Amino acid sequence: MNPVRKQRLLLVLAVLVGLAIAVGLMFYALRQNINLFYTPQQVASGEAPLNTQMRVGGLVEAGSVVRNEETLDVSFDITDGKGSFTVHYQGILPDLFREGQGIVANGTLISRERFEAEEVLAKHDETYMPPEVQDALEKAGHPGAQKSSE
Amino acid sequence: MVWQTIKRWYHMLGSPRYFYTFSSLVLPWLTPIALVTLLTGLVWGLGFAPSDYQQGNSYRIIFIHVPASSGALMGYMALGVAGLVAVVWRMKMAEVMLKAIAPFGAALAAISLVTGALWGKPTWGTYWQWDARMTSMLILLFMYVGVIALQNVIRDPRQAARAAGLLAMVGVINVIIVKYSVEWVQTLHQGSTLKLFGESTINPAMKYPLLISMLGLWLLYAVNVLMRARTEVMWRERRSKWVAKLVTRPEKGER
Repeated sequence: MNPVRKQRLLLVLAVLVGLAIAVGLMFYALRQNINLFYTPQQVASGEAPLNTQMRVGGLVEAGSVVRNEETLDVSFDITDGKGSFTVHYQGILPDLFREGQGIVANGTLISRERFEAEEVLAKHDETYMPPEVQDALEKAGHPGAQKSSE
Repeated sequence: MVWQTIKRWYHMLGSPRYFYTFSSLVLPWLTPIALVTLLTGLVWGLGFAPSDYQQGNSYRIIFIHVPASSGALMGYMALGVAGLVAVVWRMKMAEVMLKAIAPFGAALAAISLVTGALWGKPTWGTYWQWDARMTSMLILLFMYVGVIALQNVIRDPRQAARAAGLLAMVGVINVIIVKYSVEWVQTLHQGSTLKLFGESTINPAMKYPLLISMLGLWLLYAVNVLMRARTEVMWRERRSKWVAKLVTRPEKGER
């Protein structure tokens, strides 16, 4: 390669590698801020701050959803297998909200066991299938049928 | 042998005149193939693919959202390569490509953001969250707009191409962040539906129309790039004899 081009190529590569490392370090340093939410494990371990506006995310524990008959009050437990706490919310839940579903809640952590949510969002995963396939999987007791979470 | 062929192709397509003739031959059959493929994928996906067990019919926007997003990401990678060649080798065709690739990619990035928001409302319960995937996708749109703007703001086209080329290369770092954001950090956005390695968890009845729509959109992107590049080549070579001859006495097959 002609020396001028070689020099230009090396310069460009050096700039790109330097920039990539800088962005990588920044990404690493701001890791917790880039994460959209705290996991139940982080809440249990005390990593998540109390009484500040923040988001938490996890799976809705089966059988934990309690709805008030007269008002829109609802409470449920969320878990990631390493920690669990109760989320209390007043409002309309998204259509995809169900037991076993991954959710993200925005609000404040009152204590390590209680989270007051102002907004509840449902996550869904990248599994897409027709309802008949889901039924068949469920009937066969396939573990894939339980993967409707996260 | 293979290397020799690639090198010869590189030099031939590097010539604006040869590129013009070559694209005249390719476009007449690439355009209908792209349109038919895209239409097949979309009609199949939107009209005939089964509904989803969780999201019902609202998941169908995936047949627009995923092709548009993947097109925007691939387009930016191509923009980065064109930028590298334009900055290091100062190749004229790379400068032309830098100009030809950006607009369609920017449009796709915008479509991806809009369809994503429309999909997010009924499923997640929100149009927008500042999670890593959505934020980095928004930055991708800004990078595209930046590359286009930089080319228009500098009058000398060769200098403009070098500045835009550098910006295009730097933006490739962001493309990598968009791609892996859903794996590296906690996001509201789910993981990639189609995985490069390993099995996808999308049912085949939905996967094939999705793959066909993607292929169709990529081909349409290629058609758009070729057409834009032809216009740009004509403009840049307007003082050359071959363009003058083409305009006054077009030969058969050359439009």
